[in-house]
Amino acid sequence: MSAQLALMPDYLTGHLQLTMLALLFAVATSIPLGVLATRVRWLESPLLGTAGVIQTIPSLALLAVMVPVLAALNLQSIGFLPALIGLTLYGLLPILRNTVTGIQSVDPALKEAARGVGMTPSQQLRRVELPLALPVIVGGVRTATVWTVGIATLSTPVGATSLGNYIFSGLQTRNFTAVIFGSVAAALLALLLDGLVHLLEVGLRDRNRRALAIAATGFGLLYLFVAITLAAPLLGSRDRVIRIGSKSFTEQYILADILADQIHAQTGLETEKVESLGSTVVFDAVKNGDIDVYVDYSGTIWATIMKKTVQPANREHAIVETTKFLESEHGMTVVGPLGFENTYALVMREQQAADLGIKTIRDLVPFAPEMSMGADYEFFSRPEWKSVEDTYDIRFEKLRTMDPALMYQAVAQGTVNVISGYSTDGRIEALDLRVLEDDRHAIPPYDALIVTSQKLREDHPDVIAALSELVGAIDAAQMRTMNGEVDEKGASAATVARRFLKGIASSASHPRAD
Amino acid sequence: MIELERLTKTYGETTAVAELSLEIRAGELLVLLGGSGCGKTTTLKMINRLIEPTSGSIRIDGTDVQQQPAHELRRHVGYVFQRIGLFPHMTIGENISITPQLLGWEPERMSRRIDQLLEMVELDPAEIRNRLPAALSGGQQQRVGVARALAAEPRIMLLDEPFGALDPLTRDRLQDSFQRIRRELDLTAIFVTHDMVEALILGDRIAVMDAGRLVQIGTPQELIQSPSDDLVRQLMDTPRRQARAVDALLQEGAGERR
Repeated sequence: MSAQLALMPDYLTGHLQLTMLALLFAVATSIPLGVLATRVRWLESPLLGTAGVIQTIPSLALLAVMVPVLAALNLQSIGFLPALIGLTLYGLLPILRNTVTGIQSVDPALKEAARGVGMTPSQQLRRVELPLALPVIVGGVRTATVWTVGIATLSTPVGATSLGNYIFSGLQTRNFTAVIFGSVAAALLALLLDGLVHLLEVGLRDRNRRALAIAATGFGLLYLFVAITLAAPLLGSRDRVIRIGSKSFTEQYILADILADQIHAQTGLETEKVESLGSTVVFDAVKNGDIDVYVDYSGTIWATIMKKTVQPANREHAIVETTKFLESEHGMTVVGPLGFENTYALVMREQQAADLGIKTIRDLVPFAPEMSMGADYEFFSRPEWKSVEDTYDIRFEKLRTMDPALMYQAVAQGTVNVISGYSTDGRIEALDLRVLEDDRHAIPPYDALIVTSQKLREDHPDVIAALSELVGAIDAAQMRTMNGEVDEKGASAATVARRFLKGIASSASHPRAD
Repeated sequence: MIELERLTKTYGETTAVAELSLEIRAGELLVLLGGSGCGKTTTLKMINRLIEPTSGSIRIDGTDVQQQPAHELRRHVGYVFQRIGLFPHMTIGENISITPQLLGWEPERMSRRIDQLLEMVELDPAEIRNRLPAALSGGQQQRVGVARALAAEPRIMLLDEPFGALDPLTRDRLQDSFQRIRRELDLTAIFVTHDMVEALILGDRIAVMDAGRLVQIGTPQELIQSPSDDLVRQLMDTPRRQARAVDALLQEGAGERR
């Protein structure tokens, strides 16, 4: 609980920055557009239609789509900007729609009276139509506020810090305190902001000075806070911060912490972790230099980036080829392999596997048509799955996509018979599961590689040197244990990482001690 | 003086006002009288360009109303709306001073004007100027409506069935007030109504309209004594016919009691 509280200032600040700015931009664009739609009648349908279409895009997808779009425009593609733009777009519709409705539903007799007393069109708008439409417009702003606060929790996978960091990392590491903490904090924030907008409405409508003063003070302070926290890094020392990316599973959180601690300990440089990113999101970010370093897997690069259909001859071959490819094609540097493989593996219950005599994927083939298989969000659309299907000609009765944090539980409880697990996952042992041997080598090797941006190599050879010390430092058993400590025993990734580095440090100073 | 010349308004195939020519003399109150759909309100709204005519022209003191921007014109022509149209989010004081505000009057002058007008329409300034319209009765609201139309000291007033929705007693009192104010300020006014009695009481002259055309124009006496056709004759006869009906009712009642 106190560990969660310590993260609150950072996460809440990020969440407020995103929410408050997105709302500001949404209000500032959609009210004028709404007014325009009531003035230029033919614009109404296209404007509302476009905003409506944006609204139908699932919110997570909308945020994720911003990443390649911004990358194509050569803008910061990861972190604050894509989340801000996505959230702003999402906030448009309710405000736009209510502005149009609000203005259109002003009593025609009053519109005529406004003309009759000699108002110009803009005076009619400012003095009569907007004030009378205000309650409806504010209603739209309130809807947008609650949505934005909620959807901002989804900005974690595109690299923006928010209360969603609690939820995403909590779900991955099975820390449900964190999940609840993040959800409740977001809900309270939504209530608070909704209340402030409501006070503003009451203040304007009833000319209630007190309500207006409270609301104005509240918003004033919030925006002041956002402005200061956004400006602080710009004004303060421009020291380089090394940004470390991670994908959204336990091992990646631990490795990010290990990389961060190692860099800080060896070079004294400040580091920043950008966690729970999508697999291609983090790759693009390192390629653009938005993120400096992360850990990827040779097989992932082989299959999804190099788009190879032929499997590499062995682990070594995969490492050499991917290293060459990343340097020549993308200007990225591979510092080296960490020493373990985290491959996709078909996993089932030990008991059931023993009963049916299944040891290899080939053994599974005859039983598969009666079985269901679960996998994470991407596996069934990955080339590895195609390769498994083609190599073994295996067909399951049913394929189910589920959250990686939940699929181990699902197979252990028999909800599905087989899952595509990760070979280093601590839960394989903890839940008494069996990894099926890939006897026909359908799945490529997956060595964990430290990958850095070109910029980092040029600016900071010291960081590269610090990272080199980690090459070959972690074997599969160690990684599985560390994953298990986080997933099963509730240790934090940071603690496990610190303990690991302490271990290497002591073995380095007493090389033959153990 | 206001001159309408061959004023026409058509909506597609429908003709609302057809070739209407009229002269309103300075200081007189002209009633536009007719049934619903006869074009009287359309005519009124064309004078301050709330509706733009299809053809024809309107001159005020010899100047075509098209010579200046519509909102400038409207600031110098008082308009009292059938549905009153007080702005619900503004106080009575703000409603009354809206046109002076648009004209950029000094706050001091506006404030004096609000009190003066509220007294003129027989409302208590101290009690009423800071209230919102919703707190007033219909009769009080239309008194404010008249005050608002008078605020910027217009020479011309246009009134669109201003008292039509009020109860008979309130209507009587407002008609009296208005007649007094009009005489005091020597206003030129055009007053649209379908109420024959109101037309007879208020009008210096009455213009009877039917199907977008002017049927007859003259003083009440002229229209009563020499109606140009059956429609005018029947119209002019309504008050007396109603009075006879009332008389008969009274006779009957008296007979029964005896």
